[in-house]
Amino acid sequence: MPETFLDSTELVLNMGPQHPSTHGVLRVIVKLDGEKVTGTECVIGYLHRGVEKIGENRTYAMFNPYVDRMDYVAAVSNGLGYCLAVEQLLKVEAPARAQVVRVILTELNRIASHLLWLGTHALDIGALTPLFYCMREREDIMMIFEKYCGARLTTHAFRIGGLQYETYQGFEQECLEFCDKMLPRVDEYEELLTGNRIWQQRLVNVGVLSAADCKAYGVTGPMLRAAGEKWDLRKAQPYSGYETYDFEIPTRTNADSFDRYMVRIEEMRQSVRIIQQGVGRLEAGPVMAKVPKVIKPPVGEAYVSIEAPKGELGYYIVSDGSTQPYRVRVRPPSFVNLQSLDKMARGGLVADLVAVIGTIDIVLGEVDR
Amino acid sequence: MRDFLRKIFLVDLLEGLWVTLRAQHPKNIVTEQYPAARPKVAERYRGAPRLNINPENGETLCIACDLCALACPENLIVVGWERNAETKRKELTTFTYDTSRCMFCGLCEDACPVDALELTQDFELASYSREGQIFDRQILEEGIHPTPYKH
Repeated sequence: MPETFLDSTELVLNMGPQHPSTHGVLRVIVKLDGEKVTGTECVIGYLHRGVEKIGENRTYAMFNPYVDRMDYVAAVSNGLGYCLAVEQLLKVEAPARAQVVRVILTELNRIASHLLWLGTHALDIGALTPLFYCMREREDIMMIFEKYCGARLTTHAFRIGGLQYETYQGFEQECLEFCDKMLPRVDEYEELLTGNRIWQQRLVNVGVLSAADCKAYGVTGPMLRAAGEKWDLRKAQPYSGYETYDFEIPTRTNADSFDRYMVRIEEMRQSVRIIQQGVGRLEAGPVMAKVPKVIKPPVGEAYVSIEAPKGELGYYIVSDGSTQPYRVRVRPPSFVNLQSLDKMARGGLVADLVAVIGTIDIVLGEVDR
Repeated sequence: MRDFLRKIFLVDLLEGLWVTLRAQHPKNIVTEQYPAARPKVAERYRGAPRLNINPENGETLCIACDLCALACPENLIVVGWERNAETKRKELTTFTYDTSRCMFCGLCEDACPVDALELTQDFELASYSREGQIFDRQILEEGIHPTPYKH
């Protein structure tokens, strides 16, 4: 083939690990034919800290703060999953009051996680404004966390067997105030984005992943629900008393990025509903079950999965009867969902790749662990 | 027809702009002017560690039981003690707390049986050196003194 000035060959580019829209240190090797993406490959591991291995060298109680650092955007959900898994090993159950507080805090965290997702996703697409508004509301949630457990992001809010802290004075009041404020704010985001023609052109029919593909890749969470599958672990295998709460699982059918946005927006509204119900159910009572000081679960294994904001978050813990877990395996939603990147991005444009990475809602701390 | 007019007159974009415009109202500004105005953090905030002393006689509350060091996931607390020959009790000699490795999980605070070790509301922990991050007994008892911001 003669060499010409305008020779068209495939181009291999590295996107990341310092690219701002890869949400951390994700490196995507992109094969390009002009503007068209003909293949992608994710290179992960830049944030690998060996959390699972650390777990084998810590006692059960000591490992609890580490799980917050996997999906640091939804630290409370991580803590809940881990505590539930160890509680299943120990065959104890958190008291009723503790369970209600857990539900309230995890739902607050779900809203916080979705807010951060919405803000950064919009930022990637080019809409700068929603980020500031999302951060404003997220700040309110962070304040509730700070007042409740003393930390804002990596909260360490739950302990094995219940809660360490009793709720603070005015907790219910602040949660309800936040709920009342949140609903009009969600409408505000919709006003900014949903009808916006640029937003629609960038997202509609971008990154389509059908329900069958979702199942093949093991994709869970809002991505699966945007494909029309009514699958939510809070309903499918309820934990912490979720079966008694009245809420809906929002689903859409187009399975594109825009539908995932709509699903997450609707999930925020549903979370507000759960929080409002939860606050009404707070009754006086103990917050900690009878758990021995030195936690030594009997020999056995437990797998508990919960519906984290990003999808199914599972903890598989093997106990050899000592004070330290024999093996802790985490099934992180981000890691599994990230697999579908190639399927969604192939055939699209480079600009769509940014939208596709954003729509998966990954946190690299969780992908790499 | 209606959709067409909406499109021509950029209604969808103007709706969004109206939201932005509303947020410009001085009442809706939420920015904190951090170094100039310091936020008041919550009572339970887990910040710089402190070793409490008895305000009546100035003696440390710590009984050198070593429970905090055992509870710490990062093994960053070192408690030094010696036995008093007369009273046969453990007495605290040194206490080292390495904040550079601390993740402020609060497990040491929970473990303390006499509420001697406490994570306080001080959150300005920056230091010019790694050694400065390692708190000895004196810093822990007196507290950190961050340089105040001047205009």
